[in-house]
Amino acid sequence: MILDAFVQLGQMMVVLALAPLLAGYVRKLKALLLGRKGPPLLQPYRDLLRLLRKEVVLAHSASWLFRVAPYLIFAATWVAAALVPTFATGLLFSYAADMIAIVALLGSARFMLALAGLDVGTSFGGIGSSREMMIASLAEPAMLMVVFTVALLAGSTQLSTIAAFMQGPGVGLRVSLAMALVALVMVALAENARIPVDNPATHLELTMVHEAMILEYSGRHLAMIELASFVKLLLYLSVIGCVFAPWGIAVSGQGLAAYLGGLAAYAGKLAVGGFLLAVFETAIAKMRVFRVSDFLGAALMLGVLATLLLFVSRIA
Amino acid sequence: MIAPLALDVAHLFAGGLVLVSFMLLYQDRMTGLINTFALHALVVSLSVAWQAYIQHAPHLYITAAIALGIKAVVIPIALHRIIRRLGIHRTIEPVVGIGLTMLAGIGLIALSIMVMLPITAQAGTLAREDLSFALSVILLGLLMMISRRNAVSQVVGFMSIENGLILAATGAKGMPLVVEISVAFSILVALIVIGIFLFRIRERFETVDIHLLHEHRGEQP
Repeated sequence: MILDAFVQLGQMMVVLALAPLLAGYVRKLKALLLGRKGPPLLQPYRDLLRLLRKEVVLAHSASWLFRVAPYLIFAATWVAAALVPTFATGLLFSYAADMIAIVALLGSARFMLALAGLDVGTSFGGIGSSREMMIASLAEPAMLMVVFTVALLAGSTQLSTIAAFMQGPGVGLRVSLAMALVALVMVALAENARIPVDNPATHLELTMVHEAMILEYSGRHLAMIELASFVKLLLYLSVIGCVFAPWGIAVSGQGLAAYLGGLAAYAGKLAVGGFLLAVFETAIAKMRVFRVSDFLGAALMLGVLATLLLFVSRIA
Repeated sequence: MIAPLALDVAHLFAGGLVLVSFMLLYQDRMTGLINTFALHALVVSLSVAWQAYIQHAPHLYITAAIALGIKAVVIPIALHRIIRRLGIHRTIEPVVGIGLTMLAGIGLIALSIMVMLPITAQAGTLAREDLSFALSVILLGLLMMISRRNAVSQVVGFMSIENGLILAATGAKGMPLVVEISVAFSILVALIVIGIFLFRIRERFETVDIHLLHEHRGEQP
């Protein structure tokens, strides 16, 4: 129990410490792929520190909701990230919440963000909020279908149980899992406002979604929201790593070496995932906003198909 | 008893075929449609070859080779030439109600699984999944034929139905080789006949949009 608590604490700290580094790593790789030098790896940390020191500028029409929302968004995202086994299973919180709880936490974070976008009453924030909700209305069911597929296979919605099942011999080669992986990657791209859906590198574009909602934020509020979006990217990569590449995750009570090995494996997974993300984003163009529903509809379709195909497959 | 891995690979190919059927449903460019159809035929021939391997039925290799040679190479090339001669290789066919079509497709797959599983309760796992996937592919092909207006995409839908039939035939043991060969060649003949018809339709109406045929018959569009 004490050990579980320590692992949980360590996990939360690791997630928080690595998230800006991952964002900086992806930015650096993208710049290198485009033949530029790019900002240093640690630039996101510096940005966050600078924002924290800066004064907060509030619009006249901003209500209490506008001031509270960044902290709620960050808290919900951080708790969701704390539920994903990154380098070790047997987390203290994992007995209380499962994958569906993670989806729900991310959903409430998105709800707060959309409310904050509407709160000030600028037209840009409204556009961003409505688009975010349009994306979410398709991305969330797709994510849930992925969860159902994996949970039907593993017999549990607990991520640690799923990770243990995926390492076992009962998995085999399954077409449903491949479809679920593709669907999850598509949902992750949409949820993190990555390129085919939204462009994370611009601030002034009529098609932007995430940036439009947080346009009115400044200072420590902006820092919280930025950090939350870094953590969210890390969370999705961790979920993909935990479910589809669970090798090297330390199991509770294996000793310090296993935990260090788990950390190294986790860092490796993040490096590979970030590299693939950067290559994908460099290779592909952003799609029109009205095509996004087709993109996410395909993800939803893949998720439903993956669940349906499970019914005629071999029972594990 | 078949080894789990062999079953998984068979499931992979059959499920992949259903997925490619879905991809056929939302292709709006002619060349993309034909290339996806070639992929469809490739997956079906891989699936048949795998069935030949795990069932120890060497004559199925011939079926796979026919599927690969005729439907993955000859027919796509012929269709590419047809659309090039018709001058429609750059046209984008508006796929109406893509979301609705997808939902209908999902419903059809659920239907075929729900129909097939109780019927084939006595059969082996391999036959069960093959039959339900084959029925899905056939129903998706029919859906494609009724949801498209262009005659060429209807031809592609027709060919994908035939791929589903091959999948069903290989799942159920004991289909004679003669039948399969004759089916494959009748498909080839059908392609030639359809190809001639396409040109006839175009000569007559200067388009291959079949809605004009309805008008010609005196139906209200």
